[in-house]
Amino acid sequence: MNTAEQTLDEILSLAAMHFKVPREKLRPDDDFFKTLGIDSLQTLDLLTKLENHFRVELPDYELQGVSDFRTLAGKIQARL
Amino acid sequence: MRGGKTELKAGSCCAGSSLSWILSNGVIELALHREPCNELGSVSLGEFEKFAAALESMQAEAHALIIYSELKPGFCAGADLRELYQRSEAVEKAEAARGVRDFLERIHRVLNLIDAAPLTTIAAVHGVTFGGGLELALACDLIIADKMARFCFPELRLGLIPGFGGIPRLKRDLGNAVVRDLLLTGRSFNATKAQQIGLVSQVVGEGEALRAARATAAQLGKFDRDTAAAAKKFIKPIPQEELRREIDIFCELFARPAVQAGLRKFVESTDAQPYLP
Repeated sequence: MNTAEQTLDEILSLAAMHFKVPREKLRPDDDFFKTLGIDSLQTLDLLTKLENHFRVELPDYELQGVSDFRTLAGKIQARL
Repeated sequence: MRGGKTELKAGSCCAGSSLSWILSNGVIELALHREPCNELGSVSLGEFEKFAAALESMQAEAHALIIYSELKPGFCAGADLRELYQRSEAVEKAEAARGVRDFLERIHRVLNLIDAAPLTTIAAVHGVTFGGGLELALACDLIIADKMARFCFPELRLGLIPGFGGIPRLKRDLGNAVVRDLLLTGRSFNATKAQQIGLVSQVVGEGEALRAARATAAQLGKFDRDTAAAAKKFIKPIPQEELRREIDIFCELFARPAVQAGLRKFVESTDAQPYLP
C-alpha cells in the first residue's frame, strides 16, 4: 500500500500531466483550483482520474471545501 | 451547419444550434453541441422534438441510433437551470408551474419515443453525464462510456427529483438499493462504478466511446431488424404510469419556495464547486 507521501506525490504527478502543468510548479499545500486554473467540471475530471488511478471510490461530497493537494491526498489515502 | 444558421428540417441529415443528426448505412447519429455542456433548455427541446419527428420517418431505414456529444466537457450536464430559474422568476407562480409541466411533458414525449424506438439505441458518453443528461442516456438501450465519464443525479440538492424520466428508468434497469444510493446521496460516480452496478454496458478508453458505439452499431446491422425490434419490445417495457407520476411529484416539489431558493443559489453561485453535490 502507498504511504501518504507516495499518494500525495502521485496526485501531484497526475494533476500535472492531466492539466499540462510543470510538475515542479505544484506544491502539496497549493490551492489546486488556482494553481491548475480549473473550474468545477475540470475538478470532476481530476476526481475521476484519481479514482481510476488509485482504484478507489471517493464520494464527491467528501471533497466539499477541499482545495489543496495534501488534504485531497488524505481523503484518498483513507480509502486505499 | 453549426450555430443555428441552418433550420432543422425532418429528414436524414440536419443541423441546429443544439444538435445535429445524420442517417448513414442504417445508423442514425445524433450529435449534441450546445455549449457549455449541452444543457437542456427550450431551444434544445424544440430541436429534440424535430429530431423525434424525423426519427419516426427515418426508423424504417435504420437499425441503430447513436447519441453522443461533440463537446469536451461531457455528454450533457442536464437541464438548463439558468433558463429554468430566469423563466420562473419572470412570470407568476402559477404560470411558472404550468411552464415547467409543459416542458416536462414535452421532453417525456421525446424520451419515451427514443426509449421505445424499434431500433437499438446507444448513448456514447464521456465526461459530465448529469441529471437530464443521465436521463437521456437512460432512455437508450445501451450506454457505452469513456472511462472519464462521470454520472450523477444531483436534483435533491435543489429540492427536486429527476424529472425527465430518470427514476422510473433507473428502477427499471437497476436494483432498488442502488437506485436509493444514487438518488438519495446525489453523489457522482465514475464509469467503472456505473458498469459494476449494471448501468453501463462497455467502458472504453478516453475518446473511444463513439468509435465503440459505431462498432456496436455495425454489429447490430447484421441482425434481422424485425427480430431485434420484437426482442427490444419484449425486454424493455416503458414504465408509463411511473413516468406520469414522476411529472406530478416533480411539479408538486417545484411549487415549494425552497426550490426557487435552491435554483437562485446555483445560478448566483461563485463557488468553485457548484457541480459537486
